[in-house]
Amino acid sequence: MSFMTAAGNPQLNRHGELNHLLTIEGLPRDVLTRILDTAAPFSEVAEREVKKIPLLRGKSVFNLFFENSTRTRTTFEIAAKRLSADVINLNINTSSANKGETLLDTADNLAAMQADMFVVRHASSGAPYLIARHLAATGRDHIHVVNAGDGRHAHPTQGLLDMYTIRHYKKDFSQLTVAVVGDVLHSRVARSQIHALTTLGVPEVRVIAPKTLLPTGIERLGVRVFNDMREGLRGVDVVMMLRLQNERMQGALLPSTQEYFKSWGLTPEKLALAKPDAIVMHPGPMNRGVEIDSAVADGGQAVILPQVTFGIAVRMAVMAMLAGN
Amino acid sequence: MQLPDAEALCSDLAGAMRPGIDPARTVLVGIHTGGVWVAERLHAALGLKIPAGSMDVSFYRDDFNQRGLHANARASHIPFEVEGAHVVIVDDVLYTGRTIRAAMNELFDFGRPARIDLAVLTDRGGRELPIAPTFCPHSMSLPTSQMLALERAADGRLSFRVMEK
Repeated sequence: MSFMTAAGNPQLNRHGELNHLLTIEGLPRDVLTRILDTAAPFSEVAEREVKKIPLLRGKSVFNLFFENSTRTRTTFEIAAKRLSADVINLNINTSSANKGETLLDTADNLAAMQADMFVVRHASSGAPYLIARHLAATGRDHIHVVNAGDGRHAHPTQGLLDMYTIRHYKKDFSQLTVAVVGDVLHSRVARSQIHALTTLGVPEVRVIAPKTLLPTGIERLGVRVFNDMREGLRGVDVVMMLRLQNERMQGALLPSTQEYFKSWGLTPEKLALAKPDAIVMHPGPMNRGVEIDSAVADGGQAVILPQVTFGIAVRMAVMAMLAGN
Repeated sequence: MQLPDAEALCSDLAGAMRPGIDPARTVLVGIHTGGVWVAERLHAALGLKIPAGSMDVSFYRDDFNQRGLHANARASHIPFEVEGAHVVIVDDVLYTGRTIRAAMNELFDFGRPARIDLAVLTDRGGRELPIAPTFCPHSMSLPTSQMLALERAADGRLSFRVMEK
């Protein structure tokens, strides 16, 4: 699914700078690299006595969560607060949407309250685009939109923090073999990861999943597909596990979670097929004993908690760059 | 115009600072990029015991709303306790004073220093804030259309260059 408009990339302003962050797809490599470079000094802020810098002082960031997510909302909230913004959290599945207010009415109302940035999570793919386009059409392009996950489409800040994590441990993308493992079909995270990895020049991106959890035509994104986990993990530098999204499943795509774990769960024995210094990532929240064994999740190769920490710096960088453009 | 000799000014600046510092306790913070080079020189010349820090004030600049985030922002690195310390902020050129204000704001987010001094190689005039250097061996007057920048050659030699904005 692509939301590119005829007018070009709706995320970039007329100077080619990032005005919204909606998807990684179609962003040039230098924009991605610039975000990763910018995130590095932001991670140092967390080491200070006062974990706050004044860049977004006086700005209002609205977290618009039309779908629940404690972790993502919290990391965006922390990031905005460390930038000194005022943060307003709205869980909209429990408020106006139930009273019949449309997405754009909600955006209009918050814009009328002098919002400077919307961080949007929505179960429908394209919802943040709709808001960004509506703001542009009504001359309010100074309000920036960050996609915090839309349907099965994209979760760009997760993709970016994953790239930051890989670069932190592996230094360079140009020699890596990276495997994305699990429920690709329902995963916006997987799509953002794959676009980021290919854009940043990772020579081999593998997708490892059962046929029932693979979207058709995934090869067109430039990945090698494996339907056998052992075969797919052989010699990889990075294992990116995906969460099995039971809540999004319709019909019988899987026999049972126990069966799934047997074939597709990352155990120490399967991880041993990857390179000895391979790192294991997971976007959270983890289903232990379903897609990942606790021995791996808590083991020496897991970098799952550093991912969370890096996520704050990356989100700070994204928000600061958008607000400054 | 005759530009000052940056190498000679480094020695003059160290000489001016020597009576005012305690090598065992005084700490230096250089402002990226020129100030970091000058701080390295001063650190060696004054025989300071505590490693010098470096600061990139991009996150504290007062022109963020006009100019956005600086493209090459770096992490600040403060390898000592700021609380109660005697800190000398080091920069190459003092101009509007806005960078120094940003640096002081940033420094306070690491702790409350007992005292802050400012050491620069030259004061080129054009102040927009009530900030004055403690140690400054040279001053000159440059039109606002010009920028004075410190450069470091491959062999480490420091020199000044004037650029049209």
